[in-house]
Amino acid sequence: MMRTLLAAAAAMAMLTGLAQAEDKLKIGFVYVGPVGDFGWTYQHDQGRLAIEKEFGDKVETTYVENVSEGPDAERVIRQLAADGNKLIFTTSFGFMNPTVKVAERFPDVKFEHATGYKRLDNLATYSSRFYEGRYIIGQIAGRMSMSGIVGYIASFPIPEVVQGINAFMLGMQSVRPDAQLKIVWVNSWFDPGKEADAAKALIDQGADIITQHTDSPAAMQVAEQRGVKAFGQASDMIQFGPNAQLTSIIDDWSAYYIKRTRQVLDGTWTSGDVWGGLADNMVVMAPYTNMPEDVAQMARETEEAIRSGRFHPFTGPIFKQNGEQAAKEGEVLSDEVLLGMNWYVKGITDTLPQ
Amino acid sequence: MTILEAVLLTVITASTPLLLAAIGELVAERSGVLNLGVEGMMIMGAVCAFTAAVITGNGLVGVVAGATAGLVMAFVFAVLAVSLATNQVATGLALTLFGIGVSGMIGENYVGVARNPLPQLHVPVLSDLPLVGQVVFGQDGLVYLSFALVVGVTWFLNRTRAGLTLRAVGDNHHSAHSLGLPVVRVRYLAVLFGGLCAGMAGAYLSLSYTPMWMKEMTAGRGWIALALVVFASWMPGRALIGAYLFGAITILQFHAQGAGLGIPSQFMTALPYVATIVVLVIISRERTRARANTPLCLGTPFVPER
Repeated sequence: MMRTLLAAAAAMAMLTGLAQAEDKLKIGFVYVGPVGDFGWTYQHDQGRLAIEKEFGDKVETTYVENVSEGPDAERVIRQLAADGNKLIFTTSFGFMNPTVKVAERFPDVKFEHATGYKRLDNLATYSSRFYEGRYIIGQIAGRMSMSGIVGYIASFPIPEVVQGINAFMLGMQSVRPDAQLKIVWVNSWFDPGKEADAAKALIDQGADIITQHTDSPAAMQVAEQRGVKAFGQASDMIQFGPNAQLTSIIDDWSAYYIKRTRQVLDGTWTSGDVWGGLADNMVVMAPYTNMPEDVAQMARETEEAIRSGRFHPFTGPIFKQNGEQAAKEGEVLSDEVLLGMNWYVKGITDTLPQ
Repeated sequence: MTILEAVLLTVITASTPLLLAAIGELVAERSGVLNLGVEGMMIMGAVCAFTAAVITGNGLVGVVAGATAGLVMAFVFAVLAVSLATNQVATGLALTLFGIGVSGMIGENYVGVARNPLPQLHVPVLSDLPLVGQVVFGQDGLVYLSFALVVGVTWFLNRTRAGLTLRAVGDNHHSAHSLGLPVVRVRYLAVLFGGLCAGMAGAYLSLSYTPMWMKEMTAGRGWIALALVVFASWMPGRALIGAYLFGAITILQFHAQGAGLGIPSQFMTALPYVATIVVLVIISRERTRARANTPLCLGTPFVPER
């Protein structure tokens, strides 16, 4: 008797489960860090919440956080696919191969992998052109720095970071050719203590503006305490530097996530690669604060020029540090060059760690 | 502020959490208990200190809460590793993983909250002295406490009867036991002291170093503290030197980079670890010196013979 009841209950549960799965599009997210990192993963989760807000009852989202980029990832992704998720976002470079493996096994599930380069019919890739924002903040720094010395806290010497440094320097040189950039590598994406120490060291060496390619608001906090200016990273960090933050480059995945979800819902989703920037609302600038109106106006104009495609931050003439010409007058560096960037532009006096 | 003052100030802030955690672990290890849970106790100290300080608006309450959190974690470890004689390495690792997970949960709603750092104790006249003024007399309470602990622990280990008991327990728990020394109680107290210090180290991170809460913000400092204990060959004075060496290298390499000296940053980042390995090699080569300092029962659970 008891057993039949249990079996019936289980069958009922399965049926309702199936019914629900048909009604709702189930979407899974795999995060490399904690949702509460206030940086990379936090922003992806904001994107997930935006999907829920946009589609309400039509979707059901789940996420798994702190998934290490090893064999665990494949298990987690496969589990999400087996659980009936029809759209799965894997949001770190290291999830690339696991995502490919699972995608091959679940052809009717759509996969989206952030920052990767391997694609399948049911596996698309996407990333952001953060360098567009970095060119703008470089220009602001050029106008706002009193000492002409700007500090840059860098994480690891990979192309994405080098791209950012170069874009920043080009932006700064466009308004102040003699500006100096002091670069400090902390060899970590996330270590608030070290980031704070790096910021202090840079300020002590005369930098009056700090910018960073690391994930915590520690440097912003130091800038606020020391009375210098700074740019936020990944999230709007204004609460850590109400007087210090000039603006912040925000990773905003919401628009992309909503677009892709809609395409799955109406059956128009296709695989592909998106490297979106300001124009796609994937890179968003936080409000321009703590600066004179004419500087903010300049920033808005540059932002608009990039957004509309009238201007590309890597437009020649661009010279490498060693004097070699990378782009002729009017020539724009190709995405391929940008994605493999391993040299500094002219004017940066440091040597790039190889 | 001159550049020298600035460097010294940042070296002190970078070294203090390492010193606090290391001195606590040093006492625990001297009693024969290897607690690899320092990172976990530290992160719990950081989250509890920050949340308590935000809720009450009082930094001192925060420090007490951080220390208490470290203490509670250490108590859990002591019950398992000392009373139930579980494997210390495995238990310590579990404690770290547990601490990292639970702290994230506790601090979930405090991510992105900003807070002012702990007040610096300002000594009239003295704090206004050139150079030494700001550096020596302008720090917050935890910095002074870390120095007091070095002196206190040195005195305790070498000059008191209780210190002698603690070392005896760490060197040979069976002999100590047969002499009637309370092995289990001594180890409990030593482990708790370690937790207290690790909790305060965490509090220093989230209240003074970078006054904010972020998940996993200890970023491996607990592991460095563990290495420092070995580096110091279980001597408090050397732990002080080690912690400041580590802090100084970290800060100086940023300055070297900022000044464009062209030393590879990866090399500088690795230097303190390299130094630790070198010291380990030296210690293990000289058998007599190793015997003089290493607690001989380190890592061995005590099960009384019946």
